[in-house]
Amino acid sequence: MNVILKTEKLRVEFKNREFRQSPKIALRRLDLEVNAGEVFGFLGPNGAGKTTTINVLLGFVQPTGGSASLFGIDVRQPIARQRIGYLPELTYYYKFLTAEELLRFYSRIFSLPRAEAERRIDAVLKLVELESSRKRLIKTYSKGMQQRVGLAQALINNPDLLILDEPTSGLDPLGRMKVREIIQRLKNEGKTVFFSSHELGEVETVCDRVAIIAEGELKAIGRVGEIVGQRASLEKAFLEIVGYQTQTAP
Amino acid sequence: MNNIFAVAGVVIKELYRRKDFYVLFILTIVICVIMASVNIFNDNQIIRYLKELCLLLIWISSLVIAITTTARQIPAEREQRTLLPLLAKPLSRAQLIFGKFLGCWLACGLVLVCFYIFFGALAASREHTWPLLNYFQAAFLHWIMLGVVIALTLLGSLVFAAPSSNSTICFVIVTSIMCIGRYLDAVALSLPEPRRSIVYSLYYAIPHLEIPFEMRNLIVHDWPLIGWNFVALDALYLLAYTAVFLVAACLVFRRKAVN
Repeated sequence: MNVILKTEKLRVEFKNREFRQSPKIALRRLDLEVNAGEVFGFLGPNGAGKTTTINVLLGFVQPTGGSASLFGIDVRQPIARQRIGYLPELTYYYKFLTAEELLRFYSRIFSLPRAEAERRIDAVLKLVELESSRKRLIKTYSKGMQQRVGLAQALINNPDLLILDEPTSGLDPLGRMKVREIIQRLKNEGKTVFFSSHELGEVETVCDRVAIIAEGELKAIGRVGEIVGQRASLEKAFLEIVGYQTQTAP
Repeated sequence: MNNIFAVAGVVIKELYRRKDFYVLFILTIVICVIMASVNIFNDNQIIRYLKELCLLLIWISSLVIAITTTARQIPAEREQRTLLPLLAKPLSRAQLIFGKFLGCWLACGLVLVCFYIFFGALAASREHTWPLLNYFQAAFLHWIMLGVVIALTLLGSLVFAAPSSNSTICFVIVTSIMCIGRYLDAVALSLPEPRRSIVYSLYYAIPHLEIPFEMRNLIVHDWPLIGWNFVALDALYLLAYTAVFLVAACLVFRRKAVN
C-alpha cells in the first residue's frame, strides 16, 4: 500500500498561560497511516486533538515531538501542501469576491496555467453545484453554499489528498447529504480523503477506515466493521472506546 | 512573486469594493468645492489656503485609508478563518506578508492618483497652470512614505489583536513623527543625561517622515522643484525603513500560531 499521510509518535504540547502551570498536552505519541485511495474518518470527542492533528499536518502548529509527513515530505516544507486540498471548519470566505474570483485567486497560488485554471474552475463549480451563482458575491451565499465554495477551493488543484475538518458542521440535512455525495464521488475517482467528523452515521456510510482518538491518544484504528465488532452501531462502539458511561435513571 | 501578486490582487479588489475610499474622496471633494466657491475677504491669494486645506485633507484621508486597510488585513483573515485555507496552500507566511504589503501599497498609490488629479484640477481652475513635475514629486514621496506607514501597521497587526487598537496606535505614532519628530534633537539638547541620550537615540531611530509631509509647502507656495537626487535619497531612506518593518513582521508572523 502507498502511504500518503503518516504521523509517527506525534506529540504536541501547548504552553499554559497561567503561571507555573504544566503545559497542556494536545497529542501524545500519535501514530497514523493513511493509504492512497481510501476515505479515512478521524473521530473523537470535542477537545480530543483532531483539529490539532490536522493543524500539524498543514504546518500551522509545530509538533513538540515525533514527525508528520504528506507524500513522504515533512509537513514543515510548503511543497508538502502542493498536492493537498483543505476544507476548514466554518470558514467565511472573502465576502467581496465572487466564487469564480475566489477560485481564480487560489488557482494562481497553485501556479495553474490560465487555461487549466479556467477548466478546473468550471469543473469544481459544476461538482459543487454552484455554476449558476458563480458571478455572485460570496456575501450573498447561504451557509450551505459557502461550505460548497469551501469544498470547491479545496479541489481547485485536483488534489491527491483531501483534508476535511468537520465538513458538514452546521449544515442542514440537505447540505450534509450534498457534501456526503461529493465525498463519495471523490472516493470513486480514487482520491484519498482524510476527514474529521462528529457525524458517526456519515462516517459509517463513506469511510473505509476510521481512527478514534480521545485526550490526545489513539484509542482505536481499523475498518469500520472491525471497530463496530459485536456492538450495535459505530456510535455505541465510539462511546465505549472513548470511555463514556451511560447514565441510567434510578 | 506569483503568489505575492495573487495576494496583492485580492487586497486591491477589497479596497475598490469597499466604501471607505469613496466616502473620504467625496468628503474631500465636497469640502474643497464648498471652500472654493466662497470668496473670503476678497483675497486674491485665497487659492493658497484652499490648496493647503485640500492637501491636508488628502494627507489625512491617505493615512486613514492606509492604516485602516492594512490594520484589518491579517486580523480579518484570522477572524474569518480564511488564513487557514490560504496557508494550507503552497504559500509561505513571508509571501503572505509581502503580498498584503504590496496590495495595500499599490491600492494607496491608486488612491493618491485620484486625490492628486482632483487637487491638480482644483488648483488649475483658479491658477490655470499644471506644474506636473511638482505634483509628481509630492505624490511620489507621499506614496513612498505610505509604504513605511503600511509596513509599520502590518507589523502592529501581528502584535496587537484588535485592528482598532492597532489603527489608533499607528495613527498616533505616525502623526507624532510627522509633527514633532524633527524637533527631538533640539529637545534632547535641553535635557540632562541620561534622558538626553535616550531622546537622541529616539531621534535617530525613528523614520523621519517630515520631508514628504513638507512637500505640501512646495506646491502650496509654487516653489521650484527640489533636486531629483534628493528625492531619490529620501525615497531610499524611507524604503530602508519599510524593509526593516517588513522583515520584523515576517519574523513575528513566523513564530505565530495561526489556529
